[in-house]
Amino acid sequence: MELNVNGAAVYAYSGGKTFDAALPCVVFVHGAENDHSVWVLQSRYLAHHGFGVLALDLPGHGRSGGAPLASVEAIADWIPAVLDAAGVKAAALVGHSMGSLVAIECAARHPARVAKIALLGSAFPMKVSDELLTATRDDEPRAQDMVNIWSHAAIAHYPSNPGPGFWVMGEGLRLMQRQKPGVMHVDFAACNAYANGEAAAKEVKCPALMILGRRDVMTPPRAAKAIAAALPAVRTVEIAGSGHALMAEKPDEVLDSLRAFL
Amino acid sequence: MAGPRYPGFDTLALHAGQQPDPTTGARAVPIFQSTSFVFRDTDHAAALFNMERAGHVYSRISNPTVAVLEERMAALEGGVAGLATASGQAALHLGLATIAGAGCHVVASRSLYGGSHNLLHYTLRRFGIHTTFVNPRDLDAWRAAICPNTRVLYAETLGNPGLDVLDVPAVAEIAHAARLPLFLDCTFTTPWLMRPLDLGADLLMHSATKFLGGHGVAIGGVLVDGGRFDWEASGRFPELTEPYDGFHGMDFQEESTVAAFSLRARREGLRDFGACMAPATAFQILQGIETLGVRMERHVSNTRKVVEFLASNPAVASVSYPELPSHPDHALAKRLLPRGCGAVFTFEIRGGRPAGRKLIETLKVFSHLANVGDAKSLVIHPASTTHFRMDDDALRAAGIGPGTIRLSVGLEDPQDLMDDLSGALRASQKA
Repeated sequence: MELNVNGAAVYAYSGGKTFDAALPCVVFVHGAENDHSVWVLQSRYLAHHGFGVLALDLPGHGRSGGAPLASVEAIADWIPAVLDAAGVKAAALVGHSMGSLVAIECAARHPARVAKIALLGSAFPMKVSDELLTATRDDEPRAQDMVNIWSHAAIAHYPSNPGPGFWVMGEGLRLMQRQKPGVMHVDFAACNAYANGEAAAKEVKCPALMILGRRDVMTPPRAAKAIAAALPAVRTVEIAGSGHALMAEKPDEVLDSLRAFL
Repeated sequence: MAGPRYPGFDTLALHAGQQPDPTTGARAVPIFQSTSFVFRDTDHAAALFNMERAGHVYSRISNPTVAVLEERMAALEGGVAGLATASGQAALHLGLATIAGAGCHVVASRSLYGGSHNLLHYTLRRFGIHTTFVNPRDLDAWRAAICPNTRVLYAETLGNPGLDVLDVPAVAEIAHAARLPLFLDCTFTTPWLMRPLDLGADLLMHSATKFLGGHGVAIGGVLVDGGRFDWEASGRFPELTEPYDGFHGMDFQEESTVAAFSLRARREGLRDFGACMAPATAFQILQGIETLGVRMERHVSNTRKVVEFLASNPAVASVSYPELPSHPDHALAKRLLPRGCGAVFTFEIRGGRPAGRKLIETLKVFSHLANVGDAKSLVIHPASTTHFRMDDDALRAAGIGPGTIRLSVGLEDPQDLMDDLSGALRASQKA
């Protein structure tokens, strides 16, 4: 579905059902250089099990227009405008990687609009190596390869995503290649510059869930400890055998954890 | 600058899409010889049917053994998904039927495998899909043949029977300028000799019966989705970008930004046409793919020796192989096929049909049959077999001479192949 957010067209996948603002709302926030389709199975399932689902394409990503927002804080302040456009008072935020930082910051800044937060592949600080950050600016194809290789713990996935016969690593690369030039650097620079994670986490009042990949080398579980310690009410789930691309590598385990939490 | 890198070709050929079986520890790919798979509960069943969870329901749609082959081929080609089919013909049909229907048009190379030509020229026409055939070397002809209702450009990476090398980047550019995908049959090249997605192609198919299997024991096909073509931006593919009543109103492009084609091909084409691959067949093809790189290297080195031998034999009028300077695509082959031009080629024997017949009947190591890409060397003389009803003029129109011999060079000791050919060529000149 298309939303008009502050005069700009924003795309949100509603899980294959017409969005109903009267249902408990779950907003999915993708990570850097991605779009809504990383959530396809989890968002579709929840949309068919009693939730109103908005899996967003952030500004400048996927089908959404405009330029990418340059900081985690800016995206966090944009989320309430999305909720306004959709007629939603409060929603659960489910964020992956950069999206997880957005969920923390948004919950801290706009507590009345955020009912729960689920953080996947999260870390704070989310420092990006100089080599990768430079590559996102100067050599996107190389940066995309680096991120794609580091994001996957295996070259075989059962039963793959979104189903048997799909090559998860190939999909990961192509999805990044679909984003507009320049988006990748804006996103990674935003992750790298975000300094308020621990302070924001302390301000969060709502329940929180962390879903971490035990074999994640982008945001390893040890890098999520500061956030987990700062959040007042958090449960942490570590998924064996998963790297950073949790939703694609272990779709059922991610869904089951989300379902139990939401 | 050193950095992370993807696994290499041979590693993917052995491992992509499969881990040791989590239940039994089996290292080889198990053959899941089961038509159907038990649901955990009713919610799990509903979620599988509605594509809310991934998993296997019924082996016509997906099967765990077949999925390994599909994912492995997608990995080797650098695509986003694979679909295994009952034959190469079924892969071609599935690819076309997913994006074209009655009233649609295809532009195809005229240098095609006969079965592909039959499907396009006769059978699909009966279903309202028309094809214009063009000389694959004539880029203007490709451009000129595109109509408002064209849906796809189709060709072989190495064409039949003259081994025309397709200028993949140039034809892809023509396709993309018209907002159309380029669909290629890569049977003769395999991903070891060429990765056409890297050169601009969008959809690929293989007759897995040939080099992928390599053993000549199983018929199968594979379709690979490159994941790069933007169906939405093209505006010509409502099958992928508008709700499909046949699957809960699903808009495949919304579901998957990069794999809409594969979703529709599986959820409609495999489901409804039903030309799926059997799990035992997938296992057999996988056994071949594990050694694809090693075998293709040997196929090519044997072929080079046989080509060199034939080129200097007095009973041979000409040899058509793109690595020879005399081949019209020699320069293109050097650019696009640096690892070699495959193991199938033709030569002209002096003495026409009688000499061809005698050669075939004298060969001992080469097997006389209608296939290519086997580990064993194969031979056929079209004028006395597949095209025996045609007179010499009709043969010439089909690009075949009365003395045309097609070889598929196998993995035997190359000296034995050359000795076999030497004796048979000598005998042929006395026919």
